[in-house]
Amino acid sequence: MVAFIIRRLLGLVVVLFTITVVVFVLFFATPGVDPSSRLAGRNPSPETVAAVKHEFGLDRPLPVRYALMMKRLFISRDLVSYGNQALEVVPAILSAAPVTFSLVIGAAVLWVIGAIAMGILAVTFKGSFVDPLLMILALIGISMPVFWLGEVLNLITQDRLHDTFFFRWVPPLGYVPFTQDPWQWFLHLIIPWITLSILYIGFYARVLRANMLDIQNEDYVRTAKAKGLPPQQVLVRHVLRNSMITFVSLFGLDLGVLIGGGALLTEVVFNLPGVGRLTYNALTALDLPVIMATVIYGAFFISILSAVVDILYARLDPRIRPT
Amino acid sequence: MGGLILFLVIVVISFLAPFYSSHIANTDPFVSNISGTTVVDGKTVDVVQQGGGGLGLGETPIGPTWHSNYFLGADNQGRDVAARVLYGGRASLLIGVGSALICCLLALAFALLAGFFRGWLDTIVSRVMDLIWAFPVYLLAITIATVLLTTPGGVKLWFIHIQATSLWIPTLIIALIYVPYVYRPVRGQVLATREKEYVEASISQGASSLRLMFGEILPNVVSTVIVMFPLMIATTVLTEAALSFLSIGVQPPNASWGTIIQDGQGLLYSRPWVAIAPGIMIVLTVLSLNVFGDGVRDALDPRAKVRVRE
Repeated sequence: MVAFIIRRLLGLVVVLFTITVVVFVLFFATPGVDPSSRLAGRNPSPETVAAVKHEFGLDRPLPVRYALMMKRLFISRDLVSYGNQALEVVPAILSAAPVTFSLVIGAAVLWVIGAIAMGILAVTFKGSFVDPLLMILALIGISMPVFWLGEVLNLITQDRLHDTFFFRWVPPLGYVPFTQDPWQWFLHLIIPWITLSILYIGFYARVLRANMLDIQNEDYVRTAKAKGLPPQQVLVRHVLRNSMITFVSLFGLDLGVLIGGGALLTEVVFNLPGVGRLTYNALTALDLPVIMATVIYGAFFISILSAVVDILYARLDPRIRPT
Repeated sequence: MGGLILFLVIVVISFLAPFYSSHIANTDPFVSNISGTTVVDGKTVDVVQQGGGGLGLGETPIGPTWHSNYFLGADNQGRDVAARVLYGGRASLLIGVGSALICCLLALAFALLAGFFRGWLDTIVSRVMDLIWAFPVYLLAITIATVLLTTPGGVKLWFIHIQATSLWIPTLIIALIYVPYVYRPVRGQVLATREKEYVEASISQGASSLRLMFGEILPNVVSTVIVMFPLMIATTVLTEAALSFLSIGVQPPNASWGTIIQDGQGLLYSRPWVAIAPGIMIVLTVLSLNVFGDGVRDALDPRAKVRVRE
């Protein structure tokens, strides 16, 4: 087990290193482009270009430039964006991370509860109209572009039905930090949580239903039924529990993707100042230092989380622990 | 089957876009028409009304007329939204189907090579796939798109020259980022098929590597790719919409469903149809493909565990 963990962590280090190299080379070593003009943002002045050239050591060989960039990103953390009024990149990401975190965690709670409820209902009522109805709803859920769904919900709750009883409580778009006012934090995030979770409720409900139907045919389920256990107990203790193996590993990876920047579209539509919107603002200004940093941040988060999932998984299930 | 029919209907009406705009709506949806007028119920109206905003500022385009001209209204440049949605559908579907096709072919080729020859070739290809996989799909697409869009004068690669506004750029980006999704299960199948008795029989008859790959292994793994194909199109259509919404997908003067939703964002509360209509088209397209894809999977491969999604 210890050997497995060490190997997995070494693999992680290699992946993280390769990610930084790939991103760096893509941004700053593509042939035929002067990297200083890219770094300086849209329509830079000649002075800015000269300052950029000097700061990033662009007259020096590529490996030195890579080392300089990584030093400024991870060690001195003073990488500055030129497109955006000398915004310091690393502190900007660190202060945006809690917003993304709030959004993703709340949505995750909703989608786990929603998906388990839908999965159990669909399996319990298999053969009646409830099961196909739920599965069509799930399919519609995974077919909607999340940013469009967000806009439609905005239209309903902010404009068309805002003055009715149902949506009068919906605050204007934006974010209130939890430390400042927990209740407002909660109110501001309800609609974004729902928007983000719908896709995942649909997807996880489908996976869970398929898994539960598979497991219902296992020998141990038949044994449990033969023992005379009540059907509800068989469903929850034997079928659901074993179906959760796939669910949990998918959940870990999706959580990593979302915190790593996958919630970008939801943040943009609801004007939440998280890492995703930081990336979006940088995109509209073609602000490369920020884009590079957020991409590396996202890829790091996913790689680290997937290593953690692998290790936890090996701990839980000895069958997949390689020797 | 219903899914396939709905998808084909959407494809056909999208490809009738030029006919619609020139014979029914009588406009060019790519030319701005801010000072133009149109006739509604016998009255002449400005396409874009000035000073519609709260302080007499801003401008409000005409809303849905539900008639042949400006059926869904205009966007803030006075362009016919209904015609743009049809043209946008053409771009979205071309990119979606094209990138799914390129993605599946690339994945199939790599999986055949890696799974058949194994050894160092397999190691290299699989490591590269793992690396692509380590990036969140949207962030990888953002990275490549920013690089390509900031390359002045378009992309020049040997003899190929792609303009920065070409639809090929989003197509290739989306194809590339999803290759590992298809590659992994297919490579596993190639590895398993390679050990089957009929392949050994063919080897003992002195078949060449090429003959083994294309005559024995390919026909047995191709059904996996066919099962994934409709679901891949659903995924690529959604990705294209997201990238275009973020302004790094389809570039003007082209339009796609994603860019029209972005155009409609600023008009959301005054003229919601600009954003809603292309979204409905996306939902219908993706839903039809998902239903069709489920059907194909149940028909060809009832025990498949492979699922693709956003």
